[in-house]
Amino acid sequence: MQTEKSAPKLCSKISANRRTKDVVLKALIYVSALITILLLVGLIGYIFYRGLPHISWEFLTTQRKVLEDKIGILPNIIFTLYTILTSLVIALPIGIGAAIYLNEYATNKRLVRFTEFSTETLTAIPSIIYGLVGMLFFCKKLGLKSSILAGSLTLVIMILPSIIRTTQESLKTTPQSYRDGAAALGATKWYTIRTIVLPCTIDGIVSGAILAIGRIVGESAALLFTAGAGYVLVTNYLRALTTSGGTLSVMLYVYVMENGEFYVGFAIAAILMVLVLILNFAAKAAKKKLKKVG
Amino acid sequence: MKARNITERIMSVIFIFCGMISIVAVVGISAYMIISGLPAIKEIGLTKFLFGQVWKSTASEPLFGILPFILSSIFATFGAILIGVPIGLLMSVFLSKIASPKLASAVRPAVELLAGIPSVVYGLVGMIVLVPLIMDVFGVKSGSTLFAAIIVLAIMILPSIVSVSENALNSVPKKYEEASLALGATQIETIFKVSIPAAKSGITAGIVLGIGRAIGEAMAVMMVAGNVANMPKLFGSVRLLTTAIASEMSYAGGLQKQALFSIGLVLFVFIMIINVILNTLLKGGHKDAN
Repeated sequence: MQTEKSAPKLCSKISANRRTKDVVLKALIYVSALITILLLVGLIGYIFYRGLPHISWEFLTTQRKVLEDKIGILPNIIFTLYTILTSLVIALPIGIGAAIYLNEYATNKRLVRFTEFSTETLTAIPSIIYGLVGMLFFCKKLGLKSSILAGSLTLVIMILPSIIRTTQESLKTTPQSYRDGAAALGATKWYTIRTIVLPCTIDGIVSGAILAIGRIVGESAALLFTAGAGYVLVTNYLRALTTSGGTLSVMLYVYVMENGEFYVGFAIAAILMVLVLILNFAAKAAKKKLKKVG
Repeated sequence: MKARNITERIMSVIFIFCGMISIVAVVGISAYMIISGLPAIKEIGLTKFLFGQVWKSTASEPLFGILPFILSSIFATFGAILIGVPIGLLMSVFLSKIASPKLASAVRPAVELLAGIPSVVYGLVGMIVLVPLIMDVFGVKSGSTLFAAIIVLAIMILPSIVSVSENALNSVPKKYEEASLALGATQIETIFKVSIPAAKSGITAGIVLGIGRAIGEAMAVMMVAGNVANMPKLFGSVRLLTTAIASEMSYAGGLQKQALFSIGLVLFVFIMIINVILNTLLKGGHKDAN
């Protein structure tokens, strides 16, 4: 609104009543903006202030020893990584495939709309419901018990929508002429997708994956019921899949609510905040860098 | 040529399968919620379940009335909206109309960051900072109250309200605002009498999105609301639909467990209604823009 530069001159002709209203509303707008920013700065500052002093090399590289009353979160760091890995390995191909279907293959408009509605519905379902259904289906029905695999499978459904959406967005921006050109050269549909279309969508896929990692790192309600809160170190990936393992967020909750270990809670919170900050920057960087290549 | 055809066929079948996965997931989740939620409702009786005022799941003669949870959830959500919407809306006005593009692009990431903070972190800070503060300021015995839940939820829904409202405000045609300014309205008057009314449907969508977030949040609320199955009081300990499930799930069995699934079903129905409203609003908004 650059036109406002001339406004002060007019102000003198405006009634006092209108002017006060103006000033009050404008002040409220600035106050709201200030509240939001102070809130964020305060939150981050406070978490680091309370959490960072408790993060030590020992805290990060040992596991919990109940008898010695020592707490280490190495197993939970590993479980978090395994959960991210497993969920992404399953969700990425399915999500990308779904986006390709919706954008490249589907011809039935109504079906596409229905699928998109379903995807949006998946975003809206609260994580505690995912926890319940995941527990009933993956843990009980499929007999996976409380395990990282069951938790990851539950997460797959939760992160699908963001992967589908970001991939679809970048499929939409891939020029139609690329596809036409490939078709004119005699390439089949799948060949075109594999060699021309998919490489152009890398930015969407990467930012979808980053969003998904953010969601996984922050998730607690759904994982508490499906992956449990195990804290015994298991480094073998395949064995870890079938054991109960708490991710960092889940352990924050467990340590604070069940054991009353607030300092552990703040230490984990500080680590989570660092991860969130990194993921945020990574998402921005991916969007910028990869867009240019695409 | 033939082998190529077969690959093409296989790939298109795989893509169709992938495309259908969201539908399968939604139908599956709905079916599971209904199948596992109905038995307890049948056994307890629908009116007794929904309108019973007492929840005593572990008593020798258990009572399963979830009215306290439903009302607490509604009050907490309503309170969060009451606080979060004005701040969120004004913040979106700031980003969209007041701040220079440079300032806006510096502040916007802060809002996005707020959205990325895990809910347990909000819960933890709420528990350590907010709860004692409420205790001191309002002189109540315990600060773990509905009020604490409202504040935490208000902060958590802020980002969704800001980003959706800002989008809506940005898509208001420039000529509406220019016409208003030309008629002698001030910038602020233009924003509140022209821009915001024109972006109404988008802003409403943001609010509905916030309602969905607030009603579905479990862990953060669990950490600050005290978890006693009382009828809602602003400075009393409360249990919401989500926290009712989370707090008893780990040890429940039999009818108690089934009743928890029924609570899940009630929550699911709430969310579905909100989602349908949201979708109609967003579609309506798109039509306006065209």
